[in-house]
Amino acid sequence: MFSAVYALWHREVLRFLKDRSRVFSSVGQPLIFWALFAGALSKSFTPGGVDSYGEYFFPGTIAMIVLFTAIFSTITVIEDRKEGFLQGVLVAPVPRWAIALGKILGTSTLAMLHGLVFFAFAPIAGVPIDAGSAVAAFGVLALMAFALSALGFTLAWLMDSSAGYHGIMMVFLMPMLLLSGAFFPADGAHPVMGVLMAIDPLTYAVAALRYAFYGAGHATTEGLPSQALSMSVTVGFAVVMFALGTAVVLRRTARDAQ
Amino acid sequence: MTESAVHAKGVAFSYGDREALRGIDFEVERGSVHGFLGPNGSGKSTLFKLLATILPLSRGTMKVLGLDLATQAALLREKLGVVFQSPALDKKLSIRRNLVYGGQMFGLGGAALQKRVDEMLEYADLSDRQNDVVSDLSGGLRRRVELAKGMLHEPELLLLDEPSTGLDPGARDDLWTFLRQRENVTVLFTTHLMDEAEHAARLTILHEGAIVGEGTPAELKQSIGGEVLEITAPSPDTLAADLSKAHGVDARVVDKLVRIESSDAHGLVAPLMQSHGDHVDRVTISRPSLADVFLSRTGRRLSEDA
Repeated sequence: MFSAVYALWHREVLRFLKDRSRVFSSVGQPLIFWALFAGALSKSFTPGGVDSYGEYFFPGTIAMIVLFTAIFSTITVIEDRKEGFLQGVLVAPVPRWAIALGKILGTSTLAMLHGLVFFAFAPIAGVPIDAGSAVAAFGVLALMAFALSALGFTLAWLMDSSAGYHGIMMVFLMPMLLLSGAFFPADGAHPVMGVLMAIDPLTYAVAALRYAFYGAGHATTEGLPSQALSMSVTVGFAVVMFALGTAVVLRRTARDAQ
Repeated sequence: MTESAVHAKGVAFSYGDREALRGIDFEVERGSVHGFLGPNGSGKSTLFKLLATILPLSRGTMKVLGLDLATQAALLREKLGVVFQSPALDKKLSIRRNLVYGGQMFGLGGAALQKRVDEMLEYADLSDRQNDVVSDLSGGLRRRVELAKGMLHEPELLLLDEPSTGLDPGARDDLWTFLRQRENVTVLFTTHLMDEAEHAARLTILHEGAIVGEGTPAELKQSIGGEVLEITAPSPDTLAADLSKAHGVDARVVDKLVRIESSDAHGLVAPLMQSHGDHVDRVTISRPSLADVFLSRTGRRLSEDA
């Protein structure tokens, strides 16, 4: 069973490394995003507690990297189903939760690696980083990667086409990112937005990331949910998403035989 | 432990309102090569998916390798090798990598797995191409990789869904040569091709979710009386009726041809031409094929391109 989880994890990482365009774009794309936003908004918008928008947007970019990696990596579940690879996995003597775990761990690993690469740009963005804060941030990164991979896996498992998945991405996952405090803080936003941001579990993951870099009591973490709450919700998010991912895989339906 | 590899009783399955299998009973002997012949929609693919544990068995009982399919599917999977019609391979990865993952799915690992992969590569004559990416392979080679993967964990029962589909005649022969070298494994396959069905030691013919024939291919062909006489005629219905009356034979019209199954079709030709020669355009005599068996049991042609 563990060899099956290992095989699925290994396959995910290997497929990524073999695809050079994916390696390049996954590092390049968030960097370009970050540089464009930081450059464009540097004069017009700088939230409190940071020196530049680039600094504010830095933890948000990590969330974005993780979300995008999770999406593009779990979308392969749909390909696997279409191309028949999944059938081969479903007839193996592997408990179905192990299938979910292997795929989610593989995706999480990729998302974590991408996030970690981006840590190197922290000094350029003006984000204080040292061994301690890097380790703390990495912990949050890992949780966030696991939760979003599990979410992506769940959605992909339920979808019949990658076009459908793109739809879900635009109406559900993108707003989730936009409302997470990655791009702008809750305090300047419309009260309705404030409510939506409070519901968004990603808000707490992004907040936890800010706490990891700046610690509690810093001006930039003012107005955020408390550090304890942020961490608890992020852990809970990961657990609930994994439970959901397992639950959808456990349902044996005629669809598996398509 | 039972003698048979598969023992099925009253197996039925419906997709919503559509009944795919209507309560079938059959046995598959251990160590045999058993085929299920039928056109698309006959229920053979549904049967395959039930046996492969992809579809849940809800009606009827099936004992497979002594295990209850409904309740012991997880245990059973360890003993099954499943080869799908569309290969369950990762096309972006190499042959060897696919086999390694396949073995790991069945709990193999370490040196034992590498050794087993080497053996199967050798067996499937793929050793020198083991690092080729699957997407670069021909359909025949892919099927061979798939077979090697399905047999890595030394299954007791090998399930094959339409094993020859998409293969050219040469690759089909290779496939069956490969399968015949098998080691102590029961092979159960589905097909809609009568040529392929000939490879079975025993055959079960399915039509619209029910079994319409069972036996060795030779027995089945014998069951329709030695020879088949087909007559092309301007008005086949009248001719069939006249012939039945005049010669006491069972003449039927199938696809606008008058058809007589008889142990002595040869002897029938002369008197037939004497009495009704004016109404006959052409007469052909042939040994019955499995397609004739299907036709005789169902009144329909087994469409080869289905």
